[in-house]
Amino acid sequence: MSAPPTTMRLATPRPGEEIDRARSFTFTWNGRTIAAFPGDTIVSALAASGERVLSRSYKYHRPRGVLTASYHDPGCFFQVGDEPNVRGAHRLAEPGMDVHSQDTWPSLRFDVKAVNQLAGRFLGPGFYYKTFIKPQRLWPLYERVLQRFVHAGHVPPDTPRVTVDKRYAHPDVLVAGGGPAGMAAAAAAAAAGASVLLVEEEYRLGGHLRWGGDADLAALRELRELVAGTPGIEVLTNSVVAGRYDGNWIAVVRRGLPGGAEQLIKARARMLVVAPGLIERPYVFAGNDVPGVMLATAARRLINLHAVKPGRRAVVLTANAEGDAAVADLREAGVEIAGVVDARTGGDLVRVHGHRGVRAVEVAGGDTIECDLVVTAVGWTAPTALLNMSGDQPTYDPRAARFFPGALPEDVLATGGIAGDGTRDQLIGHAEAAGREAARRAARQRSQTRAMLPAHANGHGGSWPPADEQPVRLPELPVDPHPELFRASTHGMVDFCEDVSSKDLVTAIGEGYDSIELAKRYTTATMGPTQGKLEVVNAVAIAAQATGRTIGETGTTTWRPPYAPVTLGALAGRPWEPVRYSPMQPWHESHHASPLIAGAWIRPDRYGDPAAEVAAVRTKVAVIDVTPLGKLDLRGPDVPNLLNLLYVNKWSKLEIGRVRYGVMCTEDGVVFDDGVTGRLGPEHYLMSTTSSGAAAVWEWLENWLQTTHPDWAVHVTPVTTAYASMNVAGPASRELLERVTEGVDLANEAFPYMQVRTGRVAGADGCVLWRIGFTGELSYELHVPAGYGLHVWETLMDRGADLGIVPFGVEAQRILRLEKGHFIVGQDTDGLTRGFSAALDWAIKLDKTDFVGKPELAWQNADGGGPRLVGLQPDDGTVVPAEASQIVEGQRIVGRITSSRMSPTLGRSICLAQVEPRLAKPGTQVTVRLPAGRRIPARVCEHLAHFDPDGSRMRV
Amino acid sequence: MMLIRCPWCGPRGAAEFHYIGEFKPRPDAQSVTSADWRDYLYVPANPSGPVTETWYHRMGCRRFFNLERDTLTNESRAVGEGIR
Repeated sequence: MSAPPTTMRLATPRPGEEIDRARSFTFTWNGRTIAAFPGDTIVSALAASGERVLSRSYKYHRPRGVLTASYHDPGCFFQVGDEPNVRGAHRLAEPGMDVHSQDTWPSLRFDVKAVNQLAGRFLGPGFYYKTFIKPQRLWPLYERVLQRFVHAGHVPPDTPRVTVDKRYAHPDVLVAGGGPAGMAAAAAAAAAGASVLLVEEEYRLGGHLRWGGDADLAALRELRELVAGTPGIEVLTNSVVAGRYDGNWIAVVRRGLPGGAEQLIKARARMLVVAPGLIERPYVFAGNDVPGVMLATAARRLINLHAVKPGRRAVVLTANAEGDAAVADLREAGVEIAGVVDARTGGDLVRVHGHRGVRAVEVAGGDTIECDLVVTAVGWTAPTALLNMSGDQPTYDPRAARFFPGALPEDVLATGGIAGDGTRDQLIGHAEAAGREAARRAARQRSQTRAMLPAHANGHGGSWPPADEQPVRLPELPVDPHPELFRASTHGMVDFCEDVSSKDLVTAIGEGYDSIELAKRYTTATMGPTQGKLEVVNAVAIAAQATGRTIGETGTTTWRPPYAPVTLGALAGRPWEPVRYSPMQPWHESHHASPLIAGAWIRPDRYGDPAAEVAAVRTKVAVIDVTPLGKLDLRGPDVPNLLNLLYVNKWSKLEIGRVRYGVMCTEDGVVFDDGVTGRLGPEHYLMSTTSSGAAAVWEWLENWLQTTHPDWAVHVTPVTTAYASMNVAGPASRELLERVTEGVDLANEAFPYMQVRTGRVAGADGCVLWRIGFTGELSYELHVPAGYGLHVWETLMDRGADLGIVPFGVEAQRILRLEKGHFIVGQDTDGLTRGFSAALDWAIKLDKTDFVGKPELAWQNADGGGPRLVGLQPDDGTVVPAEASQIVEGQRIVGRITSSRMSPTLGRSICLAQVEPRLAKPGTQVTVRLPAGRRIPARVCEHLAHFDPDGSRMRV
Repeated sequence: MMLIRCPWCGPRGAAEFHYIGEFKPRPDAQSVTSADWRDYLYVPANPSGPVTETWYHRMGCRRFFNLERDTLTNESRAVGEGIR
């Protein structure tokens, strides 16, 4: 099928046109072939082909066309291939592109959902809060209906995944905006020695000079050459500054990577120069959203950049030089000027006639003029977003009808149209001064940073010019008066994206939502893709008028990042999930261990049947990999002081070779961590912590040593990953270790329970062995220098084969420790469990002078408050209550199950539970409420341990 | 993200640090009343304006230090080691 004739393309080239007439190509639009040149945007090519209706609006599905012909054009969001919400007035057309309008059915031309317009009275402002609510049982139906009307494109599930790494940048000066001011500032800053990052939203530098007259185009050429010829400037086009955060931490989104991907650049800039120019504002009047109504900048872009006639017969409402220039450009493009309405002398528009396209416009004072194009130039909005994000509160100047920067922080400067008016030379002069001043301040920051660093960091390579103390004076820019034109005598669209009219705003205010923040949220005005750029000032002006206040008094809504839309892919970047394995991991994998994710660690959960593993520990010998166990090497004369301070029990008299169990509480008395610490030498200890607490306990120790006892001589070295740790447990564990250990007498009398030795295991020197008993059997915990971990493990498995050795995993260990009533911090305790609620009465030595948690623990002891940890067994031993099942009395919760398993050793279910103190007496019957609601009886046990409460099995 | 000035490493992004809390001298645990102790634990001054707080340079020099930060502007300066 051949392309429709490009009836609106100008035959005579425009001086500044950006299309390459020598090469043409085609793309499809809703299945039809459209002709284009390189340099056309999707919209300019469609306009050249005479297409007028480009989309349907969000709520009412009104036909829409070109309004701004820029990135933000609300009528130009398209589906391109598998990419939704493409900004069609920004995106360059490419050969073979498959472009579709979004959210229209069955077609753009005839959209059934336009029926919404008839339901207009039911879709008034705030209808989200008033409809689709009752009856509630119909919500699944409402959801299906609403999904049909969701106004967004379509992402096919098989869209290929593109990963784009984020980038970090550290420019001295980041210039946001590549128009004349931005280019001049960037060049001046770079010439003064600064490294510059220049970010421009459009595909090319130049800003409004690109669609200007001959003088503008000459200045454009000069400035482009200047930027290209000045070293030290990195230029990013088709990129946007999305947000500015504390300390000039700036998010830049680079668009246009293959596959529609974007890249997030995180920049820490010493100075930010904000040069975003001004955004032209639409006029609010009846029919202002009909295709054929557009801004002066839109008409000039189409004509001057793309050589496209925006219409055949135009009426122009002008209040400024842009509008006047638009009239001239329209004439040059052969558009018949049917009327020029000058707002400076009181002219105004009343309403546009037409639905799918402009047919005529009614001018204030009488005439209705037939035309197909209405161009408005009623004023400018300052896009102050980056300034607001810098902490500035821009102020409104009624004389100029726009907002101006207020007080900026030291690290931000504003230049260009946002700072003031004046001739092109005046603005460029201001920008040059801003660039030089930005470079000066960046240099000063750099010296100040240097001065903060320790003396030996003198910097390497490259000299930096000394910071000039004399600030560069920024010239004063004139501010031109401009009439305040927001709304005509009729009501029209304010937020084109969200389909909010001025009437909606007035209605909302009448309903009581009379602050701009409330009116915004109730009507959703400024909450669409343009985020206020085209609509906030009109909305504020209308709100001001409706409440009898000034614009200054009404204020604006908050400009928040991101300034422009960002894909989730850019924010995600490359997924980065570091994983930690013990040295024995290859053995676990080849022996079919089920992996357990424990924080960043992968641990073997089980190798087969945990019950069989439990049996092996209780009757033969088995070994578990416990490498993630936190280990801290402590050295120095003051280690006992540290242990006494942080543990609840006493540590002054721990002899060399002995091990003690300790519990740490925080200053609120809450159980924080537990572990065993052994003394390896006169001033040498090895502390173990829980696996998940390893990092936190290290930080805890450093905290107390640095902030409270810098006078103590203690060195702390984390050795969690320096050692591979394994626990050899079971009645035959001594026999096995005797076969592989040298230098340690393993006999019970020589190496009793709760003692530590060092020696050689399986030929590896420097191993630490301690006899402790988490599982309740005779067991030795080995800490092997990590490089030998796998070798020692394999040796144990080999030399223990005839003893029936098997590996056991975390699940079996959980069962074993529960049989012995050993609590796990964070499982049987929570963020409120103070020491006496974890059955630690025996450990907490309140007669110590001071230790962390003592005050609260002393008060808990005195008032007996808080739950108690008890062993619990359901009467029916076949029922294993789910962990966290509640313990109830009638409708009151009096406790909960904290740990629960089927015990293979006892052949019945066993639990630990937290209960109110009055229910903690052994023999007390309680009621457990299972998650499905059933209640079962259970009894408080004599001890926490369900098996071998005397602990005799560990001491053999 | 805001810049935190470590006394040893200079200004670094806040993500390198762990915020410990508002700096409060620890009351004498022997003689403190429960009301004063809970005030110490749970009631920060939380001013609008400058506040002294303790930070830990977790991904840097691993020193604890005190910082005076303006809660309105997030500008800050180190005020020495974090000794209580």
